[in-house]
Amino acid sequence: MYNISVEIILSMPEFLLLIASSIILVVGLFTGRMAEPLTFFLSIITLIILAISIHFSSSSPDKFIFGEMYIDDSLAKTIKLFICLTVATVLLYARAYLQLRSQARPEFYLLALFATLGMLIMASAHNFVLIYLGLELLSLSMYTLVAYIRDSHDASEAAIKYFVLGAIASGMLLYGISIMYGLSGTLDLAALSNYLHDLEELNLPIIFALTFIVVGIAFKFGAFPFHMWVPDVYHGAPTAITLFIATAPKFAAFVMTMRLLIDGMQDLVIDWQQMLLVLSALSLIFGNVIAIAQSNIKRMLAYSTISHIGFVLLGIMSGLEFGYAAAYFYTVVYVLMAAGTFGILLMLHKDGEEVQALEDLKGLSQSNPWFALLMLLLMFSLTGVPLTVGFYAKLYILQSLIFNDMLWLAILAILMSIVGAFYYLRVVKYMYFDEIQERLEMQPSTVAQTVLSVNGLLIVALFIYPTALLNYCIQAIS
Amino acid sequence: MTASFPFLSVLIWLPIIGGIFVLLIKKVSLHAVRWSSLLLSLLTFIVSIALANSFDGSQFYMQFTEHVSWIETFNVFYSLGVDGISVPLILLTTVITVLVVIAGWDIAEERITEYLASFLILEGLMIGVFCALDAILFYVFFEGMLIPMFLIIGIWGGPRRVYATIKFFLYTFFGSVFFLIALIYLYLDSGTFEIAKLQQFPLSAIQQMFLFFAFLIAFAVKVPMWPVHTWLPDAHVEAPTGGSVVLAAIMLKVGGYGFLRFSIPITPYASEQLAFLIIFMSLIAVIYIGFVALAQRDMKRLIAYSSIAHMGFVTLGFFIIFTLLTKSHSHAELAVQGGMVQMVSHGFISGALFMCVGVLYDRMHSRQIADYGGVVNTMPKFATFFVIFALANAGLPGTSGFVGEFMVILASFNANIWYAILAATTLVLGAAYTLWMIKRVVFGEVANDQVAALKDINQREFLCLFILTLLVLWLGLWPAPLIEMMDASVTNLLQQAQLTNLR
Repeated sequence: MYNISVEIILSMPEFLLLIASSIILVVGLFTGRMAEPLTFFLSIITLIILAISIHFSSSSPDKFIFGEMYIDDSLAKTIKLFICLTVATVLLYARAYLQLRSQARPEFYLLALFATLGMLIMASAHNFVLIYLGLELLSLSMYTLVAYIRDSHDASEAAIKYFVLGAIASGMLLYGISIMYGLSGTLDLAALSNYLHDLEELNLPIIFALTFIVVGIAFKFGAFPFHMWVPDVYHGAPTAITLFIATAPKFAAFVMTMRLLIDGMQDLVIDWQQMLLVLSALSLIFGNVIAIAQSNIKRMLAYSTISHIGFVLLGIMSGLEFGYAAAYFYTVVYVLMAAGTFGILLMLHKDGEEVQALEDLKGLSQSNPWFALLMLLLMFSLTGVPLTVGFYAKLYILQSLIFNDMLWLAILAILMSIVGAFYYLRVVKYMYFDEIQERLEMQPSTVAQTVLSVNGLLIVALFIYPTALLNYCIQAIS
Repeated sequence: MTASFPFLSVLIWLPIIGGIFVLLIKKVSLHAVRWSSLLLSLLTFIVSIALANSFDGSQFYMQFTEHVSWIETFNVFYSLGVDGISVPLILLTTVITVLVVIAGWDIAEERITEYLASFLILEGLMIGVFCALDAILFYVFFEGMLIPMFLIIGIWGGPRRVYATIKFFLYTFFGSVFFLIALIYLYLDSGTFEIAKLQQFPLSAIQQMFLFFAFLIAFAVKVPMWPVHTWLPDAHVEAPTGGSVVLAAIMLKVGGYGFLRFSIPITPYASEQLAFLIIFMSLIAVIYIGFVALAQRDMKRLIAYSSIAHMGFVTLGFFIIFTLLTKSHSHAELAVQGGMVQMVSHGFISGALFMCVGVLYDRMHSRQIADYGGVVNTMPKFATFFVIFALANAGLPGTSGFVGEFMVILASFNANIWYAILAATTLVLGAAYTLWMIKRVVFGEVANDQVAALKDINQREFLCLFILTLLVLWLGLWPAPLIEMMDASVTNLLQQAQLTNLR
């Protein structure tokens, strides 16, 4: 029996968000000067209500709806929860940044909400077309967001680069999908999985299609050698938007990878394992080594992101549930750290100018001891030193690697994190060891500062008590 | 005190929470900050004395154990306990921290709160290292220590502090990551991170070799052993006085402790097979680094090199046991005890010497030997202390420096006469570089106007140096309590070393 009410209930988050976004769009149009604060509050409230409703929705067994296009499982639920919370935090931080530059307009929140909708769709999509649609909704909103500050030269340049490369990536993915469709005759991931499972022997076209799909994934993640857009976009985009790009879409990329490679093509594990191995190893080496040479902090963090993506891919590459959980945990921790780092950067300014060069941070520990301390914790967490949660994230990935008899990869990964330690320590050096030059102001937004403090302290709190988050990630995967 | 009193948790968390508390009361007044830091460190010291009092030295097993599940996913426990090897080191840590707080009373005017808080937090982490019975917990403290030390050298250090502190961090980080890989490997093989269980876990010869080297990299950097010692002189020279003291007196001991806790019991077969390598490296440290120390012009650098040479004795003592075990059990015991006594004694002596240099540096802002001369004329009280510690460093009988060296040389005589002969060169070299430095700095004519204008030590400095003198002499004249305390644990360690633990 076809039961529409069950389907509506299960896909409630997406519908709710779509309706809310549309209402907010209209509200923004007709409220004049009140438009900006109103859209902001409505967006935040929508996201928080969504997060709460997702959290308390019944933990039913995995369900397929809409003709098996859409899956409602624990992974989708938790990812959606994380995405909503992350976007809410990002909007809160970003508003402080935009207000200072008189750029706070309703469009920003709306674009962010539509991007969120795309991500939520990706989290539940169980069909090639739906995944692609979610991805495009996310990507198009992101391209626009990067160019959001219209008269900024850098931002426009970054947006064009992002758009062109992103379009190529989407093209690659679509090409791979179409070949796969041609071979298997289905767009449904479960059916594809069955098809691959029954296959007597692998043929070249399948590997060919797989390659394109993996390339598409690597592009979206920003893994070497498909990383070219990452430094330029991180650097060129206003920090508030860099913050957005660096956080929530990582969840979306993770869940997309899980759906495509594990739900759909688990039987090709031997093949994609090798591809991911090369991607992750090169990302680790390349990201860490190039980051050393950067003098712009956003660019440096962009290269550091590439290396962290290498770690996430290492977890997925293991082909084991253990590794997926490790990768998931790593993604959550990474997003937490990225939100904190970019959050602090965007809140700091010198006479309205954003912090760009590493040297701008000189003497931050004197002008702003509290946020310097949080930044210090974040840097050590990104390095993966104990007393911060970043340590567990690395530990978990290393465990999955050694478990999988890939000791040499574990050694490579950890050697690269020593390289990484250097440039993270350099940030600490600027903040703590150098004399103050130009005084940095902190955006005087109490709410944003409080959330930012909580965000930073979570790095230590999760170190002391990581069990809940770890179990949450493990349960979501199994 | 009841038996259930969580001594170890208190010892770890009291200074850490105290450090955070000190940071919070920064706004109240600097006075409050100083006194509460002193109070906290004294309180920790008193707890550690209580711990040592209720510690039963006749038993080898872990005492005051606490065992709580911490991270179920990784099978990690918050598991603490002490035996005769860790108690002396904990005492050393608490004593030295009190002295560092007193010594830093008005030295680091700038950001004194953060300075004192860093040392308190560092103290808690160091005590944690000596108490941890879970390998990951050990690693957490072992690595966590780096953060406060990194900041101490980087913020309050000398002109090249950034280079020195980043070098220090990266060297130690490099060493410890292999240790981490080794621990994960062991875990996946044995299913546990508990050190006691790992010590009984049988491994194949190849596995032991690899694990041994992974451990070796971590601990050799920390000790530090030749040839991975180069970070130490830089770190010492640039560190503020308190940083140098803690670094030399306690942090180096973590490396030696690691050998006793991990290398020898977990990989006894590989330790036996590769003992010659460690002995070789130790002897190079003793002789070659001794000569290097002779050539130094900077006092702190000289003491740093002398630290490396003295730590060579520690590792020598720990690894000649394998030769000795085949001959005489009692000499093997002597060797390990000698190494342990040497660690504690070196903690006092090197700490004291760095404090002496700090006293001079505060007045003259120079560490160059050439800038001094005839200090005894203007600072007689100080000169007395400085000479006592220098003689102790040279291994004069009656001071603690003699006991450890003598025990190790005696034991190595039984292992191989050449070891003894080579190790004994330190008596000549140590005397040469220390006393030559003393001759140039303390004695002779007053070298320049600055020296002539020097003021003798104040009461606070006197107190620090006096306490250290008492400790050095006490350990030199009557080391029995220390040796008795660790007797049973050392015997147990030797039994573990005799098992090959082969699969």
